[in-house]
Amino acid sequence: MLRAIGVADVDALFSGAPIEARQEAGLNLPPHAGELAVEKKISDLAAKNLSAGSVPSFLGAGAYRHHVPASVDHLIQRGEFLTAYTPYQPEIAQGTLQALFEFQTQVAMISDMEVANASLYDGATSCAEAVMMARRITRKQKAILSGGLHPHYREVTATHAAYVDYNIVANPPDALGGEDLASLVDEETACVVVQNPGFFGHLSDYAPLAAVCHGHGALLIVVVNEVVSLGAVVAPGTMGADIFVGEGQSIGNALNFGGPYLGLFATRERFVRQMPGRLCGETTDDDGRRGWVLTLSTREQHIRREKATSNICTNSGLCALAFTIHMALLGEAGFTGLARLNHANAIRLADRLGQLNRVTLLNRSFFNEFTLQLPCRADEVVAALAERRILAGVPVSRLYPDQPELADLLLVAATEMNSESDMDSLQDGLDKILR
Amino acid sequence: MSERGITTEHRALMLEEPLIFEQGAEGRTGVDLPRPQTDDDRLGGVARRGPIGLPGLSEPQVVRHFTRLSQKNYAIDMGLYPLGSCTMKHNPRLNERLARLPGLADIHPLQPESTVQGGLELIDRLAHWLKTLTGMPAVAMSPAAGAHGELCGLMTIRAALEDRGDTRARVLVPESAHGTNPATATLCGYSVSAVPANRNGRIDLAALETALSADVAALMLTNPNTCGLFEDDILAVADAVHTAGAFVYVDGANFNALVGRVRPGDLGADAMHINLHKTFSTPHGGGGPGSGPVVLSEELAPYAPLPWVVHDDAGFRLVEHGDGKELGRMKAFHGQMGMFVRALAYMMSHGADGLRQVADDAVLNANYLLARLSDVLTPAYPGSCMHECLFDDEFLKGTGVTTLDFAKALIDAGYHPMTMYFPLVVQGALLMEPTESESKDSLDRFIETTRALAQRARDGDAAWFHACPQFAPRRRLDETSAARKPVLRWRPPDKDAAA
Repeated sequence: MLRAIGVADVDALFSGAPIEARQEAGLNLPPHAGELAVEKKISDLAAKNLSAGSVPSFLGAGAYRHHVPASVDHLIQRGEFLTAYTPYQPEIAQGTLQALFEFQTQVAMISDMEVANASLYDGATSCAEAVMMARRITRKQKAILSGGLHPHYREVTATHAAYVDYNIVANPPDALGGEDLASLVDEETACVVVQNPGFFGHLSDYAPLAAVCHGHGALLIVVVNEVVSLGAVVAPGTMGADIFVGEGQSIGNALNFGGPYLGLFATRERFVRQMPGRLCGETTDDDGRRGWVLTLSTREQHIRREKATSNICTNSGLCALAFTIHMALLGEAGFTGLARLNHANAIRLADRLGQLNRVTLLNRSFFNEFTLQLPCRADEVVAALAERRILAGVPVSRLYPDQPELADLLLVAATEMNSESDMDSLQDGLDKILR
Repeated sequence: MSERGITTEHRALMLEEPLIFEQGAEGRTGVDLPRPQTDDDRLGGVARRGPIGLPGLSEPQVVRHFTRLSQKNYAIDMGLYPLGSCTMKHNPRLNERLARLPGLADIHPLQPESTVQGGLELIDRLAHWLKTLTGMPAVAMSPAAGAHGELCGLMTIRAALEDRGDTRARVLVPESAHGTNPATATLCGYSVSAVPANRNGRIDLAALETALSADVAALMLTNPNTCGLFEDDILAVADAVHTAGAFVYVDGANFNALVGRVRPGDLGADAMHINLHKTFSTPHGGGGPGSGPVVLSEELAPYAPLPWVVHDDAGFRLVEHGDGKELGRMKAFHGQMGMFVRALAYMMSHGADGLRQVADDAVLNANYLLARLSDVLTPAYPGSCMHECLFDDEFLKGTGVTTLDFAKALIDAGYHPMTMYFPLVVQGALLMEPTESESKDSLDRFIETTRALAQRARDGDAAWFHACPQFAPRRRLDETSAARKPVLRWRPPDKDAAA
């Protein structure tokens, strides 16, 4: 090969690099290792963690532990899906493209929106993208964030909007639910962002707020970070949302310590040219047969460059595929049944924990997660229960450390994964610690 | 086909497959869940009314459907995938196994830190590899992909500038840059000025010096650049940028050419994202997910986004809330952990020596393609290349065959085409990146195929090219009508008729 190229050695091919920058000595890192050795070392790291499935676990707050059918992981590991690139050559990427078309349809259906994109990074970045899109559509510069919006989503939105002259108004945390957002909406408002169920678990009907927004030329963005809830709760589109933003992790995807997750994004047809991210569309080939392509690319960075609607390129394709397969397996009956099962387990757990001495359930409404007020700091209770190998939930102070009035609040989630004996353990453990 | 008595639309192993919405039956499901113990409702009056419309399929139907769909894809598992700028290298399956260990896949991001010490240690260890390989003192781990990393890097630059009371309005981007660069600069509130290339495909140093002013915040530079060429004036370029009080942002998409051999920190980089899904082999998954950690200089490190991992005698801890100087959060939770596991496994498997060989072999393979194709295709620039080689469409002049036609002909020959029409600075560009994964035999077969196609184009067989591909699951697809009348979802047939 060197002879064909016409150089004496490989070093000659690196001659453009400045001599002082070349690593002749080699880097101070370990040498190569065999599969056996690497597997051992990484397994050792894994063994230092307490996996959520090995103990009673009730954590949520934007990441939920659900049962993923075995065929999902089998199918997404087929090399034809796993090791393909973005479908830029559609004639030999119809598998990815048709699955994306099905994904877009499923997301539009469950959110009752007209069009969905082919995924973004996660729920939080999707939220930021939605807020930016509202600014492009309305040409206004104020965004109002609900106190029930996940604090990470609030922070990520603020980060992404930091340098584009956007006034982000974050309402105080709304632990009790029922905040008044309608009175904050004015003619300057580009959008109002709410979450349903909210970070503290409360459910609301946002149809009246949608009407207020529309009366002021603002958009309503509805965030759902537990997407299973859409099997039981009125969809954002039905409530009048202009943009639906979701975290799709719950369907098809493992907890993965926080990533990769799956940003869902859907809107009205009339806003489609302002959407961020890839879109898959139907068309025909030269023989007149139905097929799929990436479309409306003139919104995107690789065509539009500095005028693009977003800078996103790589998205969450394989996570979207896992979502699509899991949702296909569930179907209407499975998806709504899964939602009912989650809700039923949460009711059972809320009733059991709410009757404990000195524990107050703050929610009148919830889906599969609710807020408990404890007689002491919740993070200390969580730490003590972790010692007993119970993952009790998420102390609100983990996300709002500077709000002492929230320090006694604990978010507790129940899914189909929680057995009766899990609930016994938590009830018993909490009772003993608080006594 | 009907004359042979075949009534399906299938062709042997090429199976036509309807949408899931066109299959299934009401009430059917592929899962078997327990019954809820109560029908109570605490949904506060917002219980869903009316059906969603999702189809009901059995497990065998679903498995068959997605298996059939998979067979309509080309993939790196099937063959050479010379997509320039995308680094389509082999994805070792060990990494998939490890990413699925319950101790890594089944941990919640908000578990008490005491229960995830191994997870935090893994992030810390990966950070150490990335810092060492790039020669940079700090790394922000949370960005979700390359473009997200660009945004992170540019935002830290803006934060650092504003912290010293220095408001600047422009970012310089070479004409050959990825589209994400200018798009990112806009998101960061900057206007974009293009910097021209010189005749050798490198940044024009004199033009850069003219463009630099007290108004410029950063130069975004890909090195090797998207023409596959090392920016050999890089030290002078970085000096000029720094002298103007601006920063050098390096787009690390092409780090595969340098890994283990050249450290960007020694080339004057202030910030650089690393696509773990390129250089470090996490699978592309048909478009994602990726991961885009950003290495940062000492000066930029204080502005890194939350969160980050720290280590002391008590163990590993996450810093999730800062003192105000840092960027804030780029995404929920701590980063693309699933990708971290795969990338670390890849690094540990290769080691310092193996990673260096990755760069060597990737560059060797690209130069071999360049050398063996130079007499029949037209190289865009003289001399050797780095990890990818670039041709223009001069060799197709007068043949009636375009770059697109040539790419579609490669499909019929059993290959995924190279990157077409990018970078924009080269007429009808064909950008080939073979990666280190290919053997000489594999390269030789690809070379012979490409040479034969070039000959066929010269022989005046344009009509044949225009009809390609003929043997793929689909012939050429009508992208114009797809964009003109977008159909972005399936709808039930009766609603279509009503609309």
